[in-house]
Amino acid sequence: MSGCSGVQSALAPAGEEAVAIYRLLLLMVVGGTLIWLAVMGLLLHAARRRSARWTAQEAGRLILFGGVAFPVVVLLALLAYAVWLMPAIRPWFARQATKPEMIEVTGEQFWWRIRYPAGGGMPAFETANEMRLPVGERVTFSLEAADVIHSFWIPALGGKMDMIPGRTNTLSLLPTKTGVFRAPCAEFCGTAHALMAFSVIVMEPADYSAWRRAQTAGNRSGGSEGERLFAHHGCAGCHGIRGLTPPASLGPDLTFFGQRQTVGAGTLANTRENVTRFIRNPAAVKPGAKMPAFDMLPDEDIADIAEYLVALE
Amino acid sequence: MRLIPKEIESLWTLFTAPTIWALHFLVCYITAAIYCAKAGAAPFSFEAMRLALGTVTVAALAGIALSAFLAWRQWGFGSGDPPHDEPTRKDRMLFQGFATLLLSGLSFVAVLFVSVPLVFIGTCQP
Ligand code: HEC
Ligand SMILES: [Cu+2]
Repeated sequence: MSGCSGVQSALAPAGEEAVAIYRLLLLMVVGGTLIWLAVMGLLLHAARRRSARWTAQEAGRLILFGGVAFPVVVLLALLAYAVWLMPAIRPWFARQATKPEMIEVTGEQFWWRIRYPAGGGMPAFETANEMRLPVGERVTFSLEAADVIHSFWIPALGGKMDMIPGRTNTLSLLPTKTGVFRAPCAEFCGTAHALMAFSVIVMEPADYSAWRRAQTAGNRSGGSEGERLFAHHGCAGCHGIRGLTPPASLGPDLTFFGQRQTVGAGTLANTRENVTRFIRNPAAVKPGAKMPAFDMLPDEDIADIAEYLVALE
Repeated sequence: MRLIPKEIESLWTLFTAPTIWALHFLVCYITAAIYCAKAGAAPFSFEAMRLALGTVTVAALAGIALSAFLAWRQWGFGSGDPPHDEPTRKDRMLFQGFATLLLSGLSFVAVLFVSVPLVFIGTCQP
């Protein structure tokens, strides 16, 4: 189960914010257990038949220290700790002075539109359902929603943030380990909500730059039959492939689709067979998906298109 | 003329401390919310606002402490033990004093909790 392995686990933190949340969790669990044990101990002590009676004054003192002073101090300390963690998780005005580059992520039923800003002499570009980040560099996300409320959550890197139509929320994260992580939508958004996820690939900065350069350049024509059919059957009306088709925005951008881990925004592994199934009838593998079925196309055409798409690397 | 009246016979003394707590809460949250929503439009800095709210906090705590002192006095400085449940005027006074003292304690701690973010948060979030 993907939910139990490291790719989508807040218990295997790979970012500064996730480590902070993980420590807070450990503190709460250990502290809560100790307090529970102490209370149970007192309860057993009180229930013991032969224990000596406490005087009213002793009991009053226990209530004052154990029931008032102790919780006040513990709660004050916990509150201070939690509030102190916040500036690390949220971006604040002071940091804004340097105008961090924001990766724009838009939640759509039921996939993720991802726009990288221009930077390092390279122009902005759009991709979908998978993002790559350089390890050790803080990134700020500008989060929006196109239709209903979604929620952006990369458990291995940090806490979640809602994506609300008509509003822009920001979240700042610092990945500290390389790896591949899964990020599920964390707010119910419709039929296919549970199958709306994206992959996050945290890479060494040099690899990241190389990837970025390739992304902005786009794909080059291989002159294959699949490439022709993709345009011929109208896929390009909804899907853009940089370098090959004019921009389109109804569906996820498919530039370098072959590099993606999954097909259907985290639904199936990205294999030729799965892509074929998805194109033939998206709703059959992802109930509620908003791409129309293409089961009227001849099987060979679908196979050719799938072949072409998984080869877009 | 005395600064503090010798005795105040009103149920209102009971609510003084929680009322101060509620007002302090509203002042802190509304001020910070409006300041940050108008991002930069205010003619003073976040630091200045923090300082002002710090002052409000100190004033609120002082008010609650005063209410606690009056309650303590009404309770006879702890001369008798609770529960003060005889149907007499004296027990009614003592009961009210004790209840007010406890509520003041709660309000004092609550005001402290409400002001914790003032210590740690130095700017607005966009
Ligand atoms: C009416 C617009 C539309 C048309 C036409 C269309 N698609 Fe889609 N496509 C979508 C939408 C919307 C999604 C997102 C579905 C989801 O994951 O919820 C999608 C998703 C996909 C994906 C998965 C992308 C990913 O990153 O997971 C592939 C592959 C794909 N389409 C291929 C095709 C092919 C091939 C055709 C032509 C035969 C086609 N699409 C025609 C709208 C369209
Ligand atoms: Cu969603």
